[in-house]
Amino acid sequence: MVKILEKKQLTPSIQKFILEAPLIAGKVQPGHFVIVRHSEKGERIPLTVADFDREQGTITIVCQGMGKSTKEINRMQAGDFFIDLLGPLGTAYPIKRLGTVVCVAGGLGVAPLYPKAKALAAVGNRIIAILGAQRKELLIMSAEMESISEKVLYSTDDGSFGHHGFVTSPLREVLQEEKVDEVLAIGPVPMMAAAVKVTKEFNVPTVVSLNALMIDGTGMCGGCRVTVGGETKFSCVDGPAFDGHRVDFDELAKRQRYYREMEEAADHRCRLGLEGVKE
Amino acid sequence: MSVRQDMPKQDPAVRRSNFDEVALGFTAEQAVAEAKRCLKCKKPLCREGCPVEIDIPAFLACVASGDFAGALGNIQEKNSLPAICGRVCPQENQCEFRCILGKKGSPIAIGALERFVADWGRKNKVKAKARTAGEKQQEKTKVAVIGSGPAGLTAAADLALMGYQVTLFESLHAAGGVLRYGIPEFRLPKSIVDYEVGNLSNLGVEIKTNYLVGKTITVQELFDQGYQGIFISTGAGLPRFLQIPGENLNGVFSANEFLTRVNLMKAYLFPKYDTPIKIGKRVAVVGAGNVAMDSARTALRLGAEESMIIYRRSRTEMPARLEEIENAEAEGVALHLLTNPVRILGNEQGNVRSIVCEKMELGAADASGRRRPLPVAGSEFEIPLDTVVIAIGQGPNPILLRNTDHLELDERGYIKTDPETLMTSIPGVFAGGDIVTGAATVIAAMGAGKKAARSIKKYLENPDR
Repeated sequence: MVKILEKKQLTPSIQKFILEAPLIAGKVQPGHFVIVRHSEKGERIPLTVADFDREQGTITIVCQGMGKSTKEINRMQAGDFFIDLLGPLGTAYPIKRLGTVVCVAGGLGVAPLYPKAKALAAVGNRIIAILGAQRKELLIMSAEMESISEKVLYSTDDGSFGHHGFVTSPLREVLQEEKVDEVLAIGPVPMMAAAVKVTKEFNVPTVVSLNALMIDGTGMCGGCRVTVGGETKFSCVDGPAFDGHRVDFDELAKRQRYYREMEEAADHRCRLGLEGVKE
Repeated sequence: MSVRQDMPKQDPAVRRSNFDEVALGFTAEQAVAEAKRCLKCKKPLCREGCPVEIDIPAFLACVASGDFAGALGNIQEKNSLPAICGRVCPQENQCEFRCILGKKGSPIAIGALERFVADWGRKNKVKAKARTAGEKQQEKTKVAVIGSGPAGLTAAADLALMGYQVTLFESLHAAGGVLRYGIPEFRLPKSIVDYEVGNLSNLGVEIKTNYLVGKTITVQELFDQGYQGIFISTGAGLPRFLQIPGENLNGVFSANEFLTRVNLMKAYLFPKYDTPIKIGKRVAVVGAGNVAMDSARTALRLGAEESMIIYRRSRTEMPARLEEIENAEAEGVALHLLTNPVRILGNEQGNVRSIVCEKMELGAADASGRRRPLPVAGSEFEIPLDTVVIAIGQGPNPILLRNTDHLELDERGYIKTDPETLMTSIPGVFAGGDIVTGAATVIAAMGAGKKAARSIKKYLENPDR
């Protein structure tokens, strides 16, 4: 049982939780993720560790309500308990002094981006952040990103804040104006695919972090396989961060859509003709 | 000669659409009649065939006289998972294979009797063996067991009975390993796994789930926390794929993923449980071991109209237990033998549409002693499908291995151990089961767990270590 110490709403569909998890807090590195389960019937949900405090023994996770389990998670309150928490999982993102790093995030992508950006800033990198969302109210964790970045550029799909359009336009402008040593791009698959297309033109190394579907998170099921440079990799153990120029985003997008109708059906509590199946 | 009792089973036409247990177990009358067939050999060969050394003639004698409690006591001397073993052990290659009655007729149904006795004990709430006062003296010595599959459960139980303070670490949210995520409900009900794993807690074993050793905690940190002996029993746990085009299409699963979704996450009860599984109308399982049979039979129960096995060798080489192949065929699983997948084709959504296979013929024997399958030129054909399950075995999972310094591996990537003591290259660290041998059987892993427990005791009792 893992206690929720604090909860904060970031947008109507995105909630931030601070969990009491001393063992994981002592080990976690930027880029690691955890798997949570909120109830006996819940899915195993992989979530990036968005921040951590080794002294307090806490980790921060940010969850977007998409399917039934994640929506139920987002209804949990401070003082409630997750029944399972496994971690830290995945390969840590290597923190090196590179020079100028452009950190691009779309929507929920800021959550996995922030700990890496923070660690990159701490070893002396110059951080330029580009944060995008559908509209102003859906931009999250901008204060955190402002605190570690030299400048933060914003874009919203509806133009309600910052640049009107996608993150790719400000990204292109920055790459035209500056010598950039690395781009870190995290967000929805179409956003990462578009960002990578731009950075390829400028030949700037680009790291992406993938949110493939997974079950165990320990390399056992292979459900999270992605094609990187023509080779099959497991997101959970080989990733979740990969060289963005080599990822097959088209395949990833299709794999992520596989269960969508079923998830929506479950969320609407439709029975799908499964009555009578014995437990 | 007396006739072997038949285990009653659910009718194939009925059971293919439910997840209830297929085999129903002996009645008490059947059990007594079956046990009475024992010839009471002076030199009981059956015992030699049992990797966990159960005193088979003694427990059979108890059953024959109607003393089921006595029989249970006999079994539990050596085996803490009898209801599981009675269901999933390949007895036909072990105890029953050695039974003298089998030379001319049918061997005693030892597995079915073990199951009967264990089930009788559970139904009648007979307490499992507990530690006696004399065995508690070693309690201050802490031993860690990593991985709660058959090897780990057996080692943990034996070490607890020897009096050690045992902690069992499991990475998933529930203990049991392959018994939990792999073997389906209709062959091994999870309530039985719960019960026999629960018996370990009664022995004083502390079970810590959600611990991924190598990540959450390292082997060195376990020593630092005062564990004096460590047993690694993490299983194989890295699914193999065919390495053919189209394998990352939607609807292609490793058997591990397919079975884990259904068994551990209970996707067969979706949407009552949140984890989904998609099955479609036509399912092919590539491979012909027990895991392949489990997958093909699970597919039927999930509502597939057609479920088939695709295997590149012939029937004789199929590695699954004969009983499982018969069960699968009776339920309507089709066998495509001497058939080798070449590529998987998909539609615009990236979902499986069909599999292209080639026909094979058997050539000369290969390194495994089996005749090597060779492709027949120009024999490619296409099978329309919605789902493909790849059940061609496992490799070693790298997480613990990569994160443990000085742990020596063999050329295949499994842990190197001393064949006598099961000790690894790290003093005080032992290993057994699939992470040493590669994927094998439940009972082989249990045998290794038993051997390791004995060896760990010897190591811990040695003052010069």
